[in-house]
Amino acid sequence: MSSLKEIPVAVTYSPDHPLGTGNVIPILNEVRHALQRLASTGDSTAIDLASIPFGPGERDQLLQTLGDGEIQATLHALGETLIRETAYPGAWVVTHMSPQGMELTTHIEVTRTPSLLSTPQRDIEDAAEALAAYLHEQSIQESA
Amino acid sequence: MNDDKTLGEHLRERGISRRGFMKFCAVTASMMAMPPSMIPAIAAALENARRPSVIWLSFQECTGCTESLTRSHAPTVESLIFDYISLDYHHTLQAAAGDHAEAAREAAMKENWGKYLLIVDGSIPAKDGGVYSTIAGVTNLQMLQEVAEGAAAIVSVGTCAAFGGLPKANPNPTGAASVSELIKGKPIINVPGCPPIPIAITGVLAQYLTMGALPELDHLGRPMAFYGQNIHDRCYRRPFYERGQFAETFDDEGARKGWCLFKLGCKGPTTYNACATAKWNDGTSFPIEAGHGCIGCSEPNFWDAGGFYNALSVPTGNTAKTILGAAAAAAAAGVVIGAVNKRNKNKAAAAHEPLTVDELNRE
Amino acid sequence: MSAEALLTWARGPAFDWALGIFVLGMLLRLFEVLSLGRSPDLAEGRGSGVQGGIRTILTRSLPRASVFAREPVRIINGYVFHIGFLLVLLFYGPHIELFQSKLGLGWPALPSGVIDGLGVITLLSLLLALVLRLTSPVLRYISTVSDYVAWAVTALPILTGYLAYNHLLLPYTNLLALHLLSIELLLLVAPFTKLTHMFSFVLSRWYQGYQAGHRGIES
Repeated sequence: MSSLKEIPVAVTYSPDHPLGTGNVIPILNEVRHALQRLASTGDSTAIDLASIPFGPGERDQLLQTLGDGEIQATLHALGETLIRETAYPGAWVVTHMSPQGMELTTHIEVTRTPSLLSTPQRDIEDAAEALAAYLHEQSIQESA
Repeated sequence: MNDDKTLGEHLRERGISRRGFMKFCAVTASMMAMPPSMIPAIAAALENARRPSVIWLSFQECTGCTESLTRSHAPTVESLIFDYISLDYHHTLQAAAGDHAEAAREAAMKENWGKYLLIVDGSIPAKDGGVYSTIAGVTNLQMLQEVAEGAAAIVSVGTCAAFGGLPKANPNPTGAASVSELIKGKPIINVPGCPPIPIAITGVLAQYLTMGALPELDHLGRPMAFYGQNIHDRCYRRPFYERGQFAETFDDEGARKGWCLFKLGCKGPTTYNACATAKWNDGTSFPIEAGHGCIGCSEPNFWDAGGFYNALSVPTGNTAKTILGAAAAAAAAGVVIGAVNKRNKNKAAAAHEPLTVDELNRE
Repeated sequence: MSAEALLTWARGPAFDWALGIFVLGMLLRLFEVLSLGRSPDLAEGRGSGVQGGIRTILTRSLPRASVFAREPVRIINGYVFHIGFLLVLLFYGPHIELFQSKLGLGWPALPSGVIDGLGVITLLSLLLALVLRLTSPVLRYISTVSDYVAWAVTALPILTGYLAYNHLLLPYTNLLALHLLSIELLLLVAPFTKLTHMFSFVLSRWYQGYQAGHRGIES
């Protein structure tokens, strides 16, 4: 039984010369408009890359063009979510992964702070209560 | 079984944080092909929703649809959907078997009458009273009718349940029929494909369960979110079609360069599905990207649509035979007509009376 | 009937029947002409009929200068239509696939965008032909229903092909079905209208050339 590698037909493409839809430039323009909007009105925009058709290599070209910025954060909940600012501040790439490390979906968020980086209000209230309870326990133990 | 906790409470009990819940909503929105701006609405809906009972009936099927669903990328997120719903009956996934399983199904039906969601995969044989597929001695036909009666809505997963699929292909020995051919008067969502793309299944389920309403459907009952566009319109090889660059065989230069597969029988222009955008195996690829034309598996009667390797522009009959047959008939008729014409001509010549000048002057 | 079922039918039995009637009709028309025959010409010929026939088949492809001078627009428009129609039919990739699949021989295609443009030009020339026919008192007087039917069944395949290629008005499945049905209509109707000229022009040119050549005169 021969392996897949022995099949003498191969489609050749690379991120530098992608086949296909030509959607990279329009999406980059959308990001540009979103950045302008964020700068002038403060409104955020999110683009779900799963909804956009890409040919082989085009999505990689898009993400390579956006590049890496100053911040990289990892959320550990239901698997990892990678949140990183691109080389264009204000444009963030949020990649949700499953617990098995498979990519679920990727968004480009044009915003001051991606929503997942903000701490939910109820979590803060719960945290205050929990810390108060812990300190109360500590003081009881010390006096005991 | 069904319980009265909301999904929000249920997830927090399982130790899933609020951020985890938001992530789940973001992924679910993406699966439902909804824009990210809808995430807060989805979060609000899911937070307060109750767990509905779901009964999954498998009939004349190959289990490919269940495989597609359960082998899909994110077991935890998918299993959250399945956690969210109370999957009270599913042959392949459930632990119970035999009478216990049937009893569980009947109990779930009774407890949730009028409110449970019925999911069907596989076609239903209707010929000869439906004897060609039975479960616990009950024909599929009868079981479908019984369970459908108390369902709030029905989701036909896979082309077999949605349109009859492979069992219905010529000559259809079992009289296979689709759910919508047999059940009237209930809301039915068709999620076709052979198999359907996993997120089409979970996306539709998620949408129904969070929004509590049917998504927008096309003329064949398919959700517009996943089946609203044809493959051709979203295909990355479209520029080659426009330029007239077609692969002629599966390993010629055009094929290697990734040219359009129209001549190799691609049914992309007449097929509506999400393969070109959502793709398969976590967005890895889809048939056309792998070099094989679309076979139109989310359309009715795709097995009998003229052959997977005949281009859409090629008539499916035996043209040579038609032309020869017509020519032979023409030859036969022509001989007869020719003989009749000749006879008429000779008769006219024989009956010809010369015209005299007097006759001409008379008029 | 759903669009999908209609398309399958149009690609299947409908095409076979239409093609069969087309072949039958055209052959019968030719039989009708040929079987009547002609009385033998007992005079001795001054030149070669055969040479005259073959020559005339080729030379009649261009008009005489005097004829052209009288009706330049109509004649040029005729060429535009016929050439455009044949290019669209024979040099569009999916059409070539049809011929290749049925006849076993194919040939290179023109870019599909070029074919799209040619289709528009062909449709416009058809429209002009209709206008010229309707605005000329003589042509209007001698035109019959058959002339207008022939025009319509020729225009419909090109129009539906254009709509299908550009995905306009209706879903593609419906448009493709309409395109095939319009072709089937053309095939059905053609043998009973002047469209028989697509084959009989060879006979006419041959015959007139033969007669003239036999008599040793120019044709």
